Amino acid sequence: MRWVNVRPSRRGGLVLGALPLLAVLVAYLFAAAARHAANPSDKVLPTPSAMVAAMHGLLVDADPLSGRLIFWADTLASLERLGLALGICTLSALLVGLVLGVLPAARATLGGLVTMVAVIPPIALLPILFIVFGLGETAKVALIVIGVAPFLIRDLADHVAALPREQLIKAQTLGASSWQLMLRVALPQALPRLIAGLRLSLGPAWVYLISAEAIASDVGLGYRIFLVRRYLSMDIIIPYVAWISFLAIAMDIALAQLSRRGFAWAHQADR
Amino acid sequence: MSDLLTFDNVWLEYGEKIVLERVDLAIAERSFVSIIGPSGAGKSSFLRLALGQEAPSRGRILLDGKVLLPECSPDRGVVFQRYSVFPHLTALRNVMFGRECANAPFTARLFGAARRAAVEEAEAILAEVGLGDALHLYPAQLSGGMQQRLAIAQALMARPRVLLLDEPFGALDPGIRQDMHRLILGLWREHALTVLMVTHDITEAFRLGTRVLAFDKRRVDPHAPHRFGATAVYDLSLSRKTPADTPDPEQEVLRLTESVIINTEGSL
Repeated sequence: MRWVNVRPSRRGGLVLGALPLLAVLVAYLFAAAARHAANPSDKVLPTPSAMVAAMHGLLVDADPLSGRLIFWADTLASLERLGLALGICTLSALLVGLVLGVLPAARATLGGLVTMVAVIPPIALLPILFIVFGLGETAKVALIVIGVAPFLIRDLADHVAALPREQLIKAQTLGASSWQLMLRVALPQALPRLIAGLRLSLGPAWVYLISAEAIASDVGLGYRIFLVRRYLSMDIIIPYVAWISFLAIAMDIALAQLSRRGFAWAHQADR
Repeated sequence: MSDLLTFDNVWLEYGEKIVLERVDLAIAERSFVSIIGPSGAGKSSFLRLALGQEAPSRGRILLDGKVLLPECSPDRGVVFQRYSVFPHLTALRNVMFGRECANAPFTARLFGAARRAAVEEAEAILAEVGLGDALHLYPAQLSGGMQQRLAIAQALMARPRVLLLDEPFGALDPGIRQDMHRLILGLWREHALTVLMVTHDITEAFRLGTRVLAFDKRRVDPHAPHRFGATAVYDLSLSRKTPADTPDPEQEVLRLTESVIINTEGSL
């Protein structure tokens, strides 16, 4: 049998997928044990028990200065920024993307502007955002919006513009106005694509969030990682990174489920 | 029978290239016009003109005696070879779409009694085209033939003055195509439709049509082939008024071809 025809079963696939993860974990444990055998106060590869001990303080003990449970305050702050920014991105992509996709005149007018904003590296704008919006929440949210929204808008506009011409003609022969065309033909078919775009944008959105928090913040997951770096606290950095990965995966799965549940017609071909 | 659709010296040019030239035609109400011709002979361009998707560069097109605006509108329904139905709507919602647009300009959705009336009407039309059991299926769950039935039902719901078919059965299996022929002829009689159908299949053209138009170029300049456009070079009226119940298309064509020879008019 050729290698290209070897397909793992569902359970086999799960086992195969778990193997490399386990391998990484085991390799880490061995490396940590080896380093601790040589130097019991090693900080670079903390043992799991050291991580639990360090995280315990952040998870359940209130910070004496602010009275907050630091880990949860960080998570909440970061998710708030991310949620607000992605919400703004989604709304603007829907509004602008649909209009650009459906109306050729709007595309001719605004297409160039959107493209221009999209090619600017958002991190290069961060100093401008800090100068304009100050060091508060606005600048951080604005960085994510500027980084993600133009991509979503272009993606959505292209998708809507690429809808079969026959569909738009047919809708018009059934009496649809421009507004009705946008509302009943373009919008519903744009939504699954918007969710797919959001899933792809989650990675960059986290990058912008952590960058903004690292540079100017007093709470947040990215802030904490860059703060404890000064003390070489790998026992906090590693659990935080794992937590961020978990949050990102959970969001991705939630969006995928939303798309499959809400827009079953768009996933007929997947089955 | 009065003329419903009139082409008055219509030309279609793209810059230097002439696609259609001197098209002078009058389409009678309740006729079934088949349009045949080689690829690139402007059949589809002709249909796009009738649809209002494009404007003639010269001449006029009249519908019910009024000059046609170069924009699609509900008085002309259309069924394309593919992509004629909305993939995000069930069969029922696809058929209701026209009524929803007409009666709810802002929301394009109906509620209460108006919705019930639209649902009933849509169900009746779907049953008529043989999709009574597929009301709540999405187009991706329907076969190619069923999707075309849906597209026809959707177009009929808007009660168009003219129904334009652009190779509607071109992508279907021969067996399915026979069923579709029976269906479209039944609907044509039942709803007193006027139909313009572009097809590659000459058998189909003669079997369904009460009139067959063949598009081609009258003249060809070998040094500048794009400078002469196509037009209706043959215009055959078929005397048959009781459309095909015979299952054998070969016999049908033979019979019709004989009647064509007798009834040919306006050919070169």
